[in-house]
Amino acid sequence: MAYSEKVIDHYENPRNVGKMDAGDTSVGTGMVGAPACGDVMRLQIKVGNNGVIEDAKFKTYGCGSAIASSSLVTEWVKGMTLDQAADLKNTQIADELALPPVKIHCSVLAEDAIKAAIEDYRKKQGS
Amino acid sequence: MDIKQNYFEFYGLPEAYELDLGQLADRHLELQKQLHPDRFAHLSDQERRMSAQYTAYLNEGYATLRSPLLRAQYLLKLRGIDTHNESSAQIDPMFLMQQMELRERVEEAPQHTDPDGELAALDQEVAQAMAELQAEFRRMIGEPSQEALDAAASAVRKMQFLDKLSREIERLEDELY
Ligand code: FES
Repeated sequence: MAYSEKVIDHYENPRNVGKMDAGDTSVGTGMVGAPACGDVMRLQIKVGNNGVIEDAKFKTYGCGSAIASSSLVTEWVKGMTLDQAADLKNTQIADELALPPVKIHCSVLAEDAIKAAIEDYRKKQGS
Repeated sequence: MDIKQNYFEFYGLPEAYELDLGQLADRHLELQKQLHPDRFAHLSDQERRMSAQYTAYLNEGYATLRSPLLRAQYLLKLRGIDTHNESSAQIDPMFLMQQMELRERVEEAPQHTDPDGELAALDQEVAQAMAELQAEFRRMIGEPSQEALDAAASAVRKMQFLDKLSREIERLEDELY
């Protein structure tokens, strides 16, 4: 499998790998997995009082495309409002990274992860 | 022999998760003999092509039925559920959290004071969980209700994650030696 340069860059220098305190009310945690390959991804966001994402972290156990997709998403969402981040589409990720069709599910995973993190954050705020 | 039959029919075995591996191997040998390409040396091109097709089907069937995971996926497929090609079906977040933790432990195993012991322990844990899911699947796939079928599918989705875990453990074990 020939990976694009951008994938390799994110794979070799992943941005924002790490973990935040999932118990913190300003943190939203998204936990997703792809049954097709058995890979798992955790993506977390820290949201400021103004509803803007201040920080994002991820940890992905998966292929290079999945690592690159989640790394890219954490870069993108910083500074976005929750609504903007919720609008991210896996096709934007796949385009940016030039993913081949068999690797689309890896970018879907990253989209699902940011959505799940936002949902988790909103649930925490609502309750 | 008819490749429109499903693998169980092809092998003359009952369509169930429970399966006698010895019987499967015997049937495989028998069928292989019947299909051996040398026996078709005098045949026309078309007949030979068909025999090649049969052989491919036979081997695929054998690999599918022999593997506990592939066999489970196949039984679901016969019921119209394809758990392998789903992208991100909703998986229980608690289960995913556990998977995340287990993958973390596998990743850190080489730095463990006793890497072999840690990997063996992980292997054991995964095997145990896998056995439980297989038992669950065997129970559920035999039941006629939709709920049972959903439960069977959910067990297989989890097995797919555990399968990846055990392959990761194996990979690390290979690297350590
Ligand atoms: S192959 Fe599993 S996420 Fe890419």
